[in-house]
Amino acid sequence: MHIPDDLLYTKEHEWVRIKGKTAAIGITDYAQGSLGDITFVDIAKAGNAIEQFKQYATVESVKAASDVYAPVSGKISKINGELAIHPELVNQSPYDKGYFAVVDINNDKDPSRLMSAAEYKKYVEGLS
Amino acid sequence: MMDLKKTPLIYEHERLGAKLAPFGGWLMPIQYSGIIAEHVWTRSEVSLFDICHMGEFVIRGEPEKSGFNNIVTFDLRTLPIFSCRYGFTLNDAGGIIDDLIVYRTAENEWMVVVNAATIDGDEAHFRKHLSRSTDFQNVSSALGKLDLQGPRSLDSLKRLAGPGVANLDYYKLGYFNVLGEKIIISRTGYTGELGYELYISADKVKELWKKLLADGRVKPAGLGARDTLRLEMTYPLYGQDITADTTPLEADKGKFVDLNKDFIGKPALLKKSKPSRKLISFIAESRRSPRHNYRILVNGKDAGVVTSGSFSPSLSCGIGMGYVDLPCAPGSRITLKENDVEIGATVTKGPFYKKGTAKISEDSHAHTG
Repeated sequence: MHIPDDLLYTKEHEWVRIKGKTAAIGITDYAQGSLGDITFVDIAKAGNAIEQFKQYATVESVKAASDVYAPVSGKISKINGELAIHPELVNQSPYDKGYFAVVDINNDKDPSRLMSAAEYKKYVEGLS
Repeated sequence: MMDLKKTPLIYEHERLGAKLAPFGGWLMPIQYSGIIAEHVWTRSEVSLFDICHMGEFVIRGEPEKSGFNNIVTFDLRTLPIFSCRYGFTLNDAGGIIDDLIVYRTAENEWMVVVNAATIDGDEAHFRKHLSRSTDFQNVSSALGKLDLQGPRSLDSLKRLAGPGVANLDYYKLGYFNVLGEKIIISRTGYTGELGYELYISADKVKELWKKLLADGRVKPAGLGARDTLRLEMTYPLYGQDITADTTPLEADKGKFVDLNKDFIGKPALLKKSKPSRKLISFIAESRRSPRHNYRILVNGKDAGVVTSGSFSPSLSCGIGMGYVDLPCAPGSRITLKENDVEIGATVTKGPFYKKGTAKISEDSHAHTG
């Protein structure tokens, strides 16, 4: 299982890559592996405000639909339009081509409520 | 998961990295490489399914005298020896106790294949209604069952069971010498593809599983793919699309019910021969999948409930089945709804997947080989 060092993570298996005031967000390798073949991704529209730990997207695999929660608060500046045609990118490349959205962050305290890669790794190992 | 039953192949599944989950009281493999990959492989090549969880009964006796003919919805007397037939057992209200396949293995010898979760209830129902002198055996634990399904299944099976297996027509069975045992092989399955179901002693099923997988073209497939395959063919799943509260007529399965003979539940069916609700199938307008228990809206009115729904790997969109109590002919537009999710769909006549190879003739086998 791949857990990049430069990202922060939630207990619900979302990741965030923060660069200054913007952040890319998505779901982790563990999440995509647990869900299996992803067939549909529904993301809040660009321009919408999202709130840390609140649902902003739904991801569907063959067997089930799951809520996806925001790792940080802010305004969505861009969604990954490729996922509408190729949702399998989330399986193939969860941290890069399969990102869900880019967000303008509006709360500097949000990152402190997230797990580092090392903490997330330990957390995931504790789940099995 | 302590109480879940396990098939003799559980360690094989773990070794192959299967995702395991409870199904009908059993711990079963849901997927190995992935549901879509296994689904696509079954439609184009050949897949092997562990179906050891399903139940088998052997009944010996003349079906009229034993009471057996009164338990099933079709007429056993019209089933030729070495043939199989799909049908139902019903309760007094016409509700479905189970859907099953009856194998006629000799003049007065029958094997009944039933669903895993219903084995105990089915056995009680048979024992209650069969005459005391009838020889009834529940052989579910003694028998292992493997399903080999896909356009290339015959090529693989010939190597193990001999060329004679090519003579089996659709819904026929035969005895074949395999691994030193005389086993039943039938040309049946629940995927819509050319395929075979193999019944071997539970002691030997692991050896058979390994032998079949030794052919590199045969890949294991789990119950996830089995579910999407059967749904693309609009085959019902017991406990979901059909239950003790639904009748075969509501489920649009009247062709498996012979109203010219007597059977338990027939008087109730005759009373409500025009059912007030009906099982329909529908294709979603997007990749979004309708799910079990979503509401079905017809012209904006709440008209029923989704019983099965999934992403269709062959059609790349959502498909499903459900009951409606309003007229809803093929071509009608409907909406599937749960909370904020609304999925537009069109009612269609099944099957969703129309290129299945299950019924192809012997001549076409030769050309595909």
